[in-house]
Amino acid sequence: MKIAVCIKQVPDTETKVRIAADGRSLDETGVTFVVSPYDEYAVEEALKAKEKHGGEVVAFSVGDERVASSLRTVLAMGADRAVHLKDPAFEGSDALGLSRILAGALKAEGFDLILFGKQAVGTDRGQVGIRVAELLHLPHVSVVTHLQWEGARFTAKREIEGAHEIVEGDLPVVLTAQKGLNEPRYASLKGILAAKKKEIRVVSAADLGLDASTVGKTGAKTSWEKLELPAGRTAGKILKDMDAPAAAAELVRLLREEAKVI
Amino acid sequence: MAQKDVLVFMESRAGQIKRSSVEALSEGRRVATALGGSLVALVAGEGARTLASQLEAQGPDRILAAEHEALSLYQSEPYAALLAQTATQTGSGVILLSATAMGKDLGPRAAAKLDAGLAADCTHLDIDNGAVRARRPVFSGKAIATVRFSGSPVFITLRPNVFPVQESPGKNPPIEAAEFTFDASLLRVKTTRLEASEGAELDVSEASVVVSGGRAMKGPENFRLIRELAQALGGAMGASRAAVDAGWIDHQYQVGQTGKVVSPNLYIACGISGAIQHLAGMSSSKVIVAINKDADAPIFKLADYGIVGDLYEILPRLTEEVRKLKGNS
Repeated sequence: MKIAVCIKQVPDTETKVRIAADGRSLDETGVTFVVSPYDEYAVEEALKAKEKHGGEVVAFSVGDERVASSLRTVLAMGADRAVHLKDPAFEGSDALGLSRILAGALKAEGFDLILFGKQAVGTDRGQVGIRVAELLHLPHVSVVTHLQWEGARFTAKREIEGAHEIVEGDLPVVLTAQKGLNEPRYASLKGILAAKKKEIRVVSAADLGLDASTVGKTGAKTSWEKLELPAGRTAGKILKDMDAPAAAAELVRLLREEAKVI
Repeated sequence: MAQKDVLVFMESRAGQIKRSSVEALSEGRRVATALGGSLVALVAGEGARTLASQLEAQGPDRILAAEHEALSLYQSEPYAALLAQTATQTGSGVILLSATAMGKDLGPRAAAKLDAGLAADCTHLDIDNGAVRARRPVFSGKAIATVRFSGSPVFITLRPNVFPVQESPGKNPPIEAAEFTFDASLLRVKTTRLEASEGAELDVSEASVVVSGGRAMKGPENFRLIRELAQALGGAMGASRAAVDAGWIDHQYQVGQTGKVVSPNLYIACGISGAIQHLAGMSSSKVIVAINKDADAPIFKLADYGIVGDLYEILPRLTEEVRKLKGNS
């Protein structure tokens, strides 16, 4: 089975957000960058699929030099090789641009299974995996919490409000991973050493035959005009040093009469 | 100009139009009026014609209903084909969906078909010089981005529970059949059935009241206290990542950066210290209540109301008070 896993490097979830001087992007000073948490579930599922069906796992990511370290992490977890989509023309790509770049790289190889995280933390768009499926004319299942194989036929559970959709199909398919799908493995020391010898191929817009004006800033259909911190909340009423019955009664009164929410 | 028209996808599950879709339709009315365009509602699936008749109070100018064998359960491919075809046929410039499980799956696929931009999970829209701008929480609510679009049409998904429902005078448009061509035999991936989650409770992302438990719950058995208060308030139960990772409660209940983002009218955090991870998922709630033993817990900085004390003593009392109140009203 030929398996692709697409990852994104994002600010660590503990990041304290500061706005950059341009007023529309994140100040990256001191920010630690990691593989987006949902992408780790995608990587784990890719490795599990390879263990079951044999084949190869190839990791893809779009971004500048810094992204190589995240691809190296995925290689250390067990991916066989990586493709780093790196080109100044890619900078400023929105979800549409990123999906064009990834679809361009993926279609050349003909994968049976393509995995993404359900969304990248940070931009929180949840679009790229689904858009790639459409551009490649492949079906997709998003927000997958459970995946079962019967030969090349799969059954996926997709999380919805208060229920799961059971989706069945044949390969090839694009899946996006939700927490709960599996428990991502840590890279072993052996894996980390082996990763150093694995190939990370750098690929540009020209290599993909992509018209550079359809990606990056010029190809973007959405852009951030402004980035700001949310309005702070004013200090609340905190009940201290009251016994439980009195505090409970007072809180209910406040919620009823003042906040009017119950 | 037809590009001023607004198309709203109306989601239905189990024979009901979702409230969050009605919110989207209501916001669609506001946007269409501001743009000087008309408002089109699209209802799909089994019984779509019957459901469509419930929409008159929100004042759409046109109501389209699509019934087709491939649309009976939600499936990405036929639904995305329907939405893209309808957007093209109606010449709509703005397509709105609710950012539910369905909307988040459908929006990007339909947008990709039309090479269109999409702003996801938005909390505010405004019209500037005839163009729509959208505000959306990013970095899980730690910042707010204002998104500008280029090109037309544009897709926008709206966060549930944020946009008010306002009735506008019914125009009583006739319900039209949506034109839809789709060869179901080409369907490669099929939704075969729905499986209700264990307990089949109200989902945190859709509830107007959420009561969440954290590390101080100490084990799965104590979530009974959370559930009882949530039920008394007619709300849903939630949990912090600490409680989920400890295995006390399923991930579907998790509120926070790697769980669900919620914005209920009332959020009650019990024994949750307020890690940035958790705050990211609930800080847009309208009223926040914290119950915690530690007076210095960061959650109190965000709370509108709080009780410093032992949740094992407070929660049962609170449930009792709420039941009393609800019993009397």
